[in-house]
Amino acid sequence: MFEQLDAVFLARVQFAFTVSFHFIFPAFSIGLASYLMVLEGLWLKTGRGVYANLYRYWLKIFAVGFGMGVVSGIVLSYQFGTNWSEFSHRAGPIIGPLMGYEVITAFFLEAGFLGVMLFGINKVGKRLHFFATCMVALGTFVSAFWILSVNSWMQTPAGYEINEQGQFIVGGSWWDVIFNPSFPYRLVHTVTAAYLTTAFAVGGVGAWHLLRDRNNIGARKMFSMAMWMAVLVTPVQIFVGDLHGLNTLEHQPVKVLAMEGDFEPSPDGAPLILFGLPDEESATVRYKVAIPKLGSLVLKHDPNAPLPGLTDYPREEWPPVAVVFWSFRVMVAIGFAMLALGLWSLVARHRKRLYQSPALHRAAVLMGPAGFVAVIAGWITTEVGRQPYTVYGLMKTVDSASPLDAPAVATSLIAFIAVYSAIFGMGIYYLLRMMANPPHRGETAPPNVPTHAAGITPASSLEATNLNQAGGSHGKS
Amino acid sequence: MENLDLPLIWAGLICFAIFAYVVLDGFDLGVGILSPVLDPGTERDQAINSIAPFWDGNETWLVMGGGGLLAVFPLAYAIILPATYPLMIAMLLGLVFRGAAFEFRWRDPAHQPLWDLVITVGSTVAALAQGITIGAILQGIEVENNAYAGGWLDWLSPFSILTGISVVIGYALLGATWLIRKTEGGCQRHAHRLAYWLAIATVLALVAVSAATPFLYTDYWYRWFEMPQVLWTAQVPLLVAICTGVLFWSLKKGHELLPFLMALALFLLGFVGLCISIFPNMVPPSISLWEAAAPRDSQLFLLVGAVFIIPVILGYTGWAYWVFRGKVGTEGYH
Repeated sequence: MFEQLDAVFLARVQFAFTVSFHFIFPAFSIGLASYLMVLEGLWLKTGRGVYANLYRYWLKIFAVGFGMGVVSGIVLSYQFGTNWSEFSHRAGPIIGPLMGYEVITAFFLEAGFLGVMLFGINKVGKRLHFFATCMVALGTFVSAFWILSVNSWMQTPAGYEINEQGQFIVGGSWWDVIFNPSFPYRLVHTVTAAYLTTAFAVGGVGAWHLLRDRNNIGARKMFSMAMWMAVLVTPVQIFVGDLHGLNTLEHQPVKVLAMEGDFEPSPDGAPLILFGLPDEESATVRYKVAIPKLGSLVLKHDPNAPLPGLTDYPREEWPPVAVVFWSFRVMVAIGFAMLALGLWSLVARHRKRLYQSPALHRAAVLMGPAGFVAVIAGWITTEVGRQPYTVYGLMKTVDSASPLDAPAVATSLIAFIAVYSAIFGMGIYYLLRMMANPPHRGETAPPNVPTHAAGITPASSLEATNLNQAGGSHGKS
Repeated sequence: MENLDLPLIWAGLICFAIFAYVVLDGFDLGVGILSPVLDPGTERDQAINSIAPFWDGNETWLVMGGGGLLAVFPLAYAIILPATYPLMIAMLLGLVFRGAAFEFRWRDPAHQPLWDLVITVGSTVAALAQGITIGAILQGIEVENNAYAGGWLDWLSPFSILTGISVVIGYALLGATWLIRKTEGGCQRHAHRLAYWLAIATVLALVAVSAATPFLYTDYWYRWFEMPQVLWTAQVPLLVAICTGVLFWSLKKGHELLPFLMALALFLLGFVGLCISIFPNMVPPSISLWEAAAPRDSQLFLLVGAVFIIPVILGYTGWAYWVFRGKVGTEGYH
């Protein structure tokens, strides 16, 4: 029993590690694919070279990020079986077909058109190339649709029955399974998060280059576009996040109570705990700073509404409270920091100082990676908050694991940590290095070109092409 | 609709996905395996450029195989993956290494030899792990109460090592014949010489695996040699002999496409042979494909989508290959 528990814990650590690493890349590529679609669309519409150059600038970055996402994603599609074979056997009939649809409607679409998007600029016409970009962007969204449906079903299972083998099978219609109660909220919240993550990364890169050369038109354009996203989308995200929280309160109250740190029930309205140290042993939050009644106002939209506490539920139903409590605060704090930066940029824009304010640019650089941190923090909140279950309320994590010995899982965990740190560490380093290059006129396409091809450099070999000629008109204006 | 044998249809579709994967990723893994014997510089650049637009899409078929197995044969997925745990982890890490190195080699010319080495090691490890997995499934998996009941090194045997090495050699042949088709000049001549030796090695490997398989289980013996189905199964070695002949002839004559097609045909025949041995089991020796199948509703739900969408996938995948048709040249596909 003890050894089994150990293997389960190691399997959880391994899965959390590989999922978190993976999630960084799709969170970026969902947003970046759409951004590239917008850039190429604007280029086709206006013919302005700045858009063509920005397109190629971010396309090179997209290629590396997408490749990282593919290879880290393949790992996951097999880890369900290697680490969670009991879960796969029992929940496979429900989640398997949804993931199957993800593969046939999304992965093939992305991968099928990616080659043309990256290397086909001069092989197909402009419109067909734009179509390929759109298909890749659509693929990233469809992929998010299905995998978040699976995840939401594990959080709020619906439309199922359990057969004599203990397998979950579809009970009513597949519609009820796919559009389970938390799915619409999670989908909108997560996809919006991916857009914001990309916007802040793009904004951070733009700001970095504005700090060096405030006249770089590419940097100006990307910074301006990113700050519009920050102003317009962050409030929407905070609103959607609130709705998602209310939905969670309805279906997974224990998770919300852990997020809030509410150990004791509050019959006359719950406070909002800003900070403190949750202590599960004694079921208290030490050194807490709280605003009375605000918790009920947020969660029930009524300051005096009663809320239960974690102590109303058996302890074995609690998720690890401190983890959920803190990851939630990190996510929310970043959300409001994003809002603040967006408003600051709006004021600067109004005063015509958007490109002339080093303080704003430094803040934007600082906030560049914020979206990634928020996405991972949010993911930890919802996934750790689902514990001790894999299928909420129905199947426990300890009953989901593969019949593996702890040493086997430990060895592979070490291998994953070593390989991921090396490979994705290098990947992130290359991404940052590309971002450190300022965008310039005559930006080249992704470099699947030998750098020592006889007599011609990649840039000059491209000079004669359509997209590049348009890029040539990219000057200060 | 009511009397459709869904598990059988799905077994066919999963076989198709696995074969599509073997065909497509087989040649790009093969190019990775061969890259150290190609001269660094234009030869190797041409070779790696020839697979750059495709490897992402090719590996999607691997996700399709795994995801499809989870969806429609969850029991087989839940048994095979724990049973081949170290192999799966090694394959995945190999693919991670190699996929990342593809992206890195152009962005970091100073360390290109290192990334090329990573591509080779990653490709070889992935191919070897896949081949050993085939051997491990063929030699049977210990199951109790619908769960894997063996240890974590049960897959290791002389037979599985043989299948592992055979797949590495076969992929290398696919890679070499692909390069004959897609490259020119020195790289093509080099690939041509390699293909000749690899073809000999592949045929030897195929014969060795075929000769060893019937001795694993008496069932396999019966499936191959009992009357009347021996009349059918005997066609497989006959076709292997014909394809081998055409392969050597086309290499000698300097054909560019035919060697690749014949290498694919050899793979197809090997795969058919594998299916003849295993059928109707999903996890030899005890679990049949009907026992491993997901409930009917799950299989039907995904089948409806697959029937409509897979032709579309084949359509645009074919289009992407068409866009990048012809020789890769020394400047990539630009």
